[in-house]
Amino acid sequence: MALISVKKLNRVFDVSKPWLNRVIERQPKAFLTAVSDVDFEVAPQTTYGLVGESGSGKSTIGRMLVGLLTPSSGTVEIEGINLASETDAGKVDAVRSDIQMIFQDPFASLNPRWRVRDIIVEPVVARGGDATGLAEKLLEQVGLSALDAGKFPHEFSGGQRQRICIARALSSEPKLIICDEPTSALDVSVQAQVLNLMSDLKDDFGLTYVLISHDLTVVRHMSDRIGVLYLGRLVEEADAEDLFADTKHPYTQMLLEAAPQMDGFGREADLPEGEIPDPINPPSGCAFHPRCPVATDICKQERPAMRHLGKSRVACHLAE
Amino acid sequence: MTDLPDHTAPKLAEKSRLRAFLDSDIFFAFKRSPIAVVSTIVVTVLVLSAIFAPLLATTNPFDSASLNLMNGFTAPMAPNAFTGETFLLGTDDQGRDVFSTILYGMRISLFVGVAAVLFAMVLGITLGLIAGYLGGWVETIIMRIADVQLTFPSILVAMLIFGVAKGITPIEYRDQMAIWVLIIAIGLSDWVQFARVVRGATLVEKRKEYVEAARLIGRKPYAIMLKHILPNVLSPVLVIATISLALAIIAEATLSFLGVGAPPTQPSLGTLIRIGQGFLFSGEWWILLFPALTLLTLALSVNLLGDWLRDALNPRLR
Repeated sequence: MALISVKKLNRVFDVSKPWLNRVIERQPKAFLTAVSDVDFEVAPQTTYGLVGESGSGKSTIGRMLVGLLTPSSGTVEIEGINLASETDAGKVDAVRSDIQMIFQDPFASLNPRWRVRDIIVEPVVARGGDATGLAEKLLEQVGLSALDAGKFPHEFSGGQRQRICIARALSSEPKLIICDEPTSALDVSVQAQVLNLMSDLKDDFGLTYVLISHDLTVVRHMSDRIGVLYLGRLVEEADAEDLFADTKHPYTQMLLEAAPQMDGFGREADLPEGEIPDPINPPSGCAFHPRCPVATDICKQERPAMRHLGKSRVACHLAE
Repeated sequence: MTDLPDHTAPKLAEKSRLRAFLDSDIFFAFKRSPIAVVSTIVVTVLVLSAIFAPLLATTNPFDSASLNLMNGFTAPMAPNAFTGETFLLGTDDQGRDVFSTILYGMRISLFVGVAAVLFAMVLGITLGLIAGYLGGWVETIIMRIADVQLTFPSILVAMLIFGVAKGITPIEYRDQMAIWVLIIAIGLSDWVQFARVVRGATLVEKRKEYVEAARLIGRKPYAIMLKHILPNVLSPVLVIATISLALAIIAEATLSFLGVGAPPTQPSLGTLIRIGQGFLFSGEWWILLFPALTLLTLALSVNLLGDWLRDALNPRLR
C-alpha cells in the first residue's frame, strides 16, 4: 500500500487586492491556482522527487503533504489518514509524529535563541516523551559531535545547520520526511555530503522521502520515481531511470537540455525559452504550449489528460 | 559514511553566561561609549539612593514627629536662624529636609515609572503577539484600538483614566489607591508602542521556517508564541522599555505636577515640584530647583541610555 496517496489535489490562493481597492478600481477578485489536479502515490521506503521551475507549485504540494496548508479540494492521505478532515485527535497525532520536514533555508529553520539540544528534541518533548541523551545520539548519527548539543545555531555553518535540521527531523522516529529544497542554500561541496547523509539515513531508518527540488541532478541522484510539475500540474511522472533515458514530455526535455552536463564543456547549453506564464491567467489548452517547440493547434485548444505510457504517465497530446 | 565531517569549529565547553556577556559586541560597544557609561553610572546611583532612601535620608520627611516647624525655609548649607541646624539642600515651608524628600520622592517616581512600564510591556507584548500571530479580525480589532489611542496625547489618556478611576474609588481609599491608579493610567496610555513593535517583529518571525517546523509537529499556537516567537522579538522591546521608562517618569511627574497624580502624603518628584513652584517668587528657589534637577538628571540619563541601546542593537548603524 502506498504511504502517501494524493488525489485530485488543488490549491487556490486568493491574491485579490483589499476590498476597498477592488471596489474603487472595479476589479474582480484574483485567484492564483498554485496546484491543480495533482495525483500521485509514494510507496514506502522509496524517494519521490518533485521537480519544476520556481512557481510550479512544488513547495505548495510539500506544505499540503505535511499539513501546513489545507488543500482547496482533493485529498492527501498518509497511511490512509487525511490530516485535513480526520477528526480523531489520536489518529492525527499518530500521523503527525510520522511526518517530518527539512526546510530550504538552514538559517531560518532553527530558532536562534534555542540551544541545539532543545531544537533537536522538540518533536519528542512536545509530545511529552523522554529525550534524555537523544540529541547527543542523533548529533553523532548526522556527523556532528555530541558536544555540539549545548551550542546555539549561529555557531554552525550552513551544512552543519542542515545536519541539525536532519537530526531534528529524525528525533520523533518518523516514517516520512518531506525535503523542501534541502540543499539549494548550501555550497556545492557541502550539497553532496548532505545528500549522502540523507541516503545513508534512509537505509538505516527505513525512511520515505519526498524530495522537492529544482535541481535535476540532485533529484536524479536520490529518487526512485520523479514527478515533473509545470504551472501547478503534473506533466510527466516516471521512474528515475526512464525519465532520463526515455523522456516523453517536451517540457522535461527542455529541462534536461538546460541542465549543465559534465561532457558538455564548450557546448552551448540550450536555455529554456520563454518564462513560466502568469498562474493567475494561465494559457488555454496545454499550459506549456507557448514555450513548446512541437506545439500544434490541438495543444492550444485542449488540455491534455494524463495518460499511461508503459510505466510512465505523461500529460501531452503528442507524446508516445 | 564516506564524506568528510564538515565541523571544524573548536569544541568548546558551554561558555558561562557572564563570560559570554563580557565578550559580546554589546558590552564592547558599551565600553567605548562615554555617554552610555556615564548615564549608566548616574542611573545606578539614583536608583540605589532611591532604594536605600531610609538609610541615606537625614530625617523621615513624612514622620511629622521628627519635623520642626522652626526649621522652615532654611536655605541650603546655611544655619537656620532659630535652631542653628544646617541642611544640605535646605528645607521647605514645613521644615522638611529637601534632600530627604527628594530621596523619598524619587522612590515613588521610580516605582511608578517601572511598574507602569512593566504593565504596559506585559499588555503590549501579549496583544502584539496575538495580533501578529493570529492575524485576521483579531489583529484588526487590536491594532485599530491602538491606532485610535495614538490619536490622543498619552498624557490626556492617562488623565482620563486617572479621573475615571478616582471617580469610582471611595474617598477613604483614594490616597492609598492613587499610586496604583497612576501606574495603571500611565501603563494603559503606553502599551501601544509595545504592541506595534511586537506585532511587526512577530509578522517577520512567524514566516520563518522554525515556526513552521514547530507547527507541523502539532505545537499549539500559545506554545509557539511564548516559546518560539517571544524570545526572538524581545530585543526591540528592551529598547522601547528603556525609553518608555523615561517617558513614564515624566508622565508621572506631569500628572503629579498638575495635581492629579501622587497625593501630598506620598509625594513624588512631580508633587515636590508642584509644591516648590509656589515658593519660587518668594525667594525660596531651592524647594523647586533641587527636585526639578533630580527629575531632569534621572529622565535624561535613562533616555540617553535608551538611545544608546537602540543604536547599539541596530545592526545597520554599526
